[in-house]
Amino acid sequence: MKKLLAVLLTAALAMGTMTGCGSNGGEGDKPTLNVYNWGEYISDGTDGTLDTIAAFEEEFGVNVQYDMFSTNEEMYTKLKSGSVSYDVIIPSDYMISRMIKEDMLEKLNMENIPNSQYVMDQFKTPDYDPTGEYSVPYTWGTVGLIYNTTMVEEIPDSWDALWDERYKDNILMFSNSRDAFGIAEKLLGYSQNTTDEAEIRACADLLKQQKDVLQTYVMDEIFDKMEIGEAAVAPYYAGDAVTMISENPDLGFVVPKEGSNVFIDAMCIPKGSPNKELAEQFINFMCETEIGVANIEKICYSTPLTNVYDALPDETKNNPIIYPSDEVLANCESFVNLPDETNLLIQDLWNEIIAE
Amino acid sequence: MRKTRWGSKLYMGLIFAFLYAPILVLIVFSFNESKSRALFTGFTFKWYEQLFQNELIMTSLFNSLLMALCSSLIAVIMGTMAAVGINRMGKKSKAAIMNVTYLPVLNPEIVTGISMMLLFVWFKNVFQIPLGFGTVLIAHVTFCLPYVILNVLPKFRQMDQNLFEAALDLGCTPLQAFFKVVIPQIMPGIVSGFMMAFTFSLDDFVVTYFTAGNGFQMLPTTIYSMVRKKVNPQINALSTIIFLIVLALLIVMNVVEAKRAKKVEKPL
Repeated sequence: MKKLLAVLLTAALAMGTMTGCGSNGGEGDKPTLNVYNWGEYISDGTDGTLDTIAAFEEEFGVNVQYDMFSTNEEMYTKLKSGSVSYDVIIPSDYMISRMIKEDMLEKLNMENIPNSQYVMDQFKTPDYDPTGEYSVPYTWGTVGLIYNTTMVEEIPDSWDALWDERYKDNILMFSNSRDAFGIAEKLLGYSQNTTDEAEIRACADLLKQQKDVLQTYVMDEIFDKMEIGEAAVAPYYAGDAVTMISENPDLGFVVPKEGSNVFIDAMCIPKGSPNKELAEQFINFMCETEIGVANIEKICYSTPLTNVYDALPDETKNNPIIYPSDEVLANCESFVNLPDETNLLIQDLWNEIIAE
Repeated sequence: MRKTRWGSKLYMGLIFAFLYAPILVLIVFSFNESKSRALFTGFTFKWYEQLFQNELIMTSLFNSLLMALCSSLIAVIMGTMAAVGINRMGKKSKAAIMNVTYLPVLNPEIVTGISMMLLFVWFKNVFQIPLGFGTVLIAHVTFCLPYVILNVLPKFRQMDQNLFEAALDLGCTPLQAFFKVVIPQIMPGIVSGFMMAFTFSLDDFVVTYFTAGNGFQMLPTTIYSMVRKKVNPQINALSTIIFLIVLALLIVMNVVEAKRAKKVEKPL
């Protein structure tokens, strides 16, 4: 009796796991495309918008399995662990340069991506992908200062506003090391991709001094703090600044005169993708005018594509926050991947600053 | 005398405030018109509407509920069987088995998660079995199992050990005796084991994160991936709904349990 029961249970268990695996195989004979993107980073049909993924599935008769990550590092670790395999990923600039260096990305066949002709000239051969063979840009944006006009004494034009004694306890700062060091590096006139130890240590000292006037380090809490006027100045991304200004008209945004960071998120295909051609078609589809407009309007960041830019409403096109002038951009840098020892140094120094 | 009572009431009030104030804030802001988490600008149901239209969140919610149900059911069956066996063991082997059972409970989740991932990646490379529902199910059953055993075993100890033999003497087959006599006796343990397994599976993040592979997102991992941008108020709406469902479940369970207890007491 006991033995029979044991056999039955084992069989039941085995069945359970088998059907479990079976249900993962995708529906029918349709090929499945695995896409890995940032959370909340695509027009997904909520609020009456266009469901871009569904549109692709319909047009190409395929299944799209859409997953999301929240940091570049998370995406990288997952790919490295070998527990996942994706056909299209959308990392940021410095992560792309790292993945190119580690031979993790496929070269794209641009014949399958005719829409890549619309990529704006300044994004065709970016620092992170110097030959432009591995990626097609998806969005970009600048980092700048958000200020509350009712709380500042004059409109800031320099990063030193984040060190200004007059705004003591009303200053917010990035809580991630790369962005925080980037600001200090710009203020001291260094490159944001410096690997010079003395320069990095000088930045760390500057960031330590800032703690006296700082209210706190933030990431997305900044939305609430700025919208209800709990802080005077804070650094953040341009696209999100537009969102905050629409909630609180007292706010303003400026890219400081020392220059700043331009971030670019771009579509790539990881090595070993089983559906490379379909993945390229997906990338091409995301660059279609109608699709690109829907995505950009949802994300609120800037588009790197001329066809999408031309189709945007004038109000967006002429918004200097989202599409800054060439002079402003000329002053900006984008992150490239740093050597391991530099990353380690920055992380150690940052932990020291935070802990003090 | 009065003073101490006031003091204890105040203390209890404070404890409840600590426990429930965050949930209350979350519920209130799920009806907030604007996306702000600080200013209440007006009452709206729109986040609830959007939530039900959001395919990603809905699929993840479905996956999470299905996973919680499957893993806790399997864990309850396996755990109860294990408890039957452990109960009959000799002192030494019982102690040894119990230690092994405690181990996964004490083990940090991240260790379980990463070791499982390594195992599954090896499986994937050797047998071409992709990570997905199946692997998460195995992982969830693994960490739910000890809780079921630990809930059921004490019920065996409380039960009169002669009941089973008495049932056999009165003409039951062993199987009948088990299902008609033993199971009702240990039922409260099984139910609480099931509830614990269900909730642990539902809100597990770490183990799911490492073992899910691609194409299978569950609620905690989906919500986590949304934190780069401001967390969408749809999540507030979703959390409110989940909170209310869990609350309703608890109330129903307590009412049923109370009725059962009355029934059992009456004939005595």
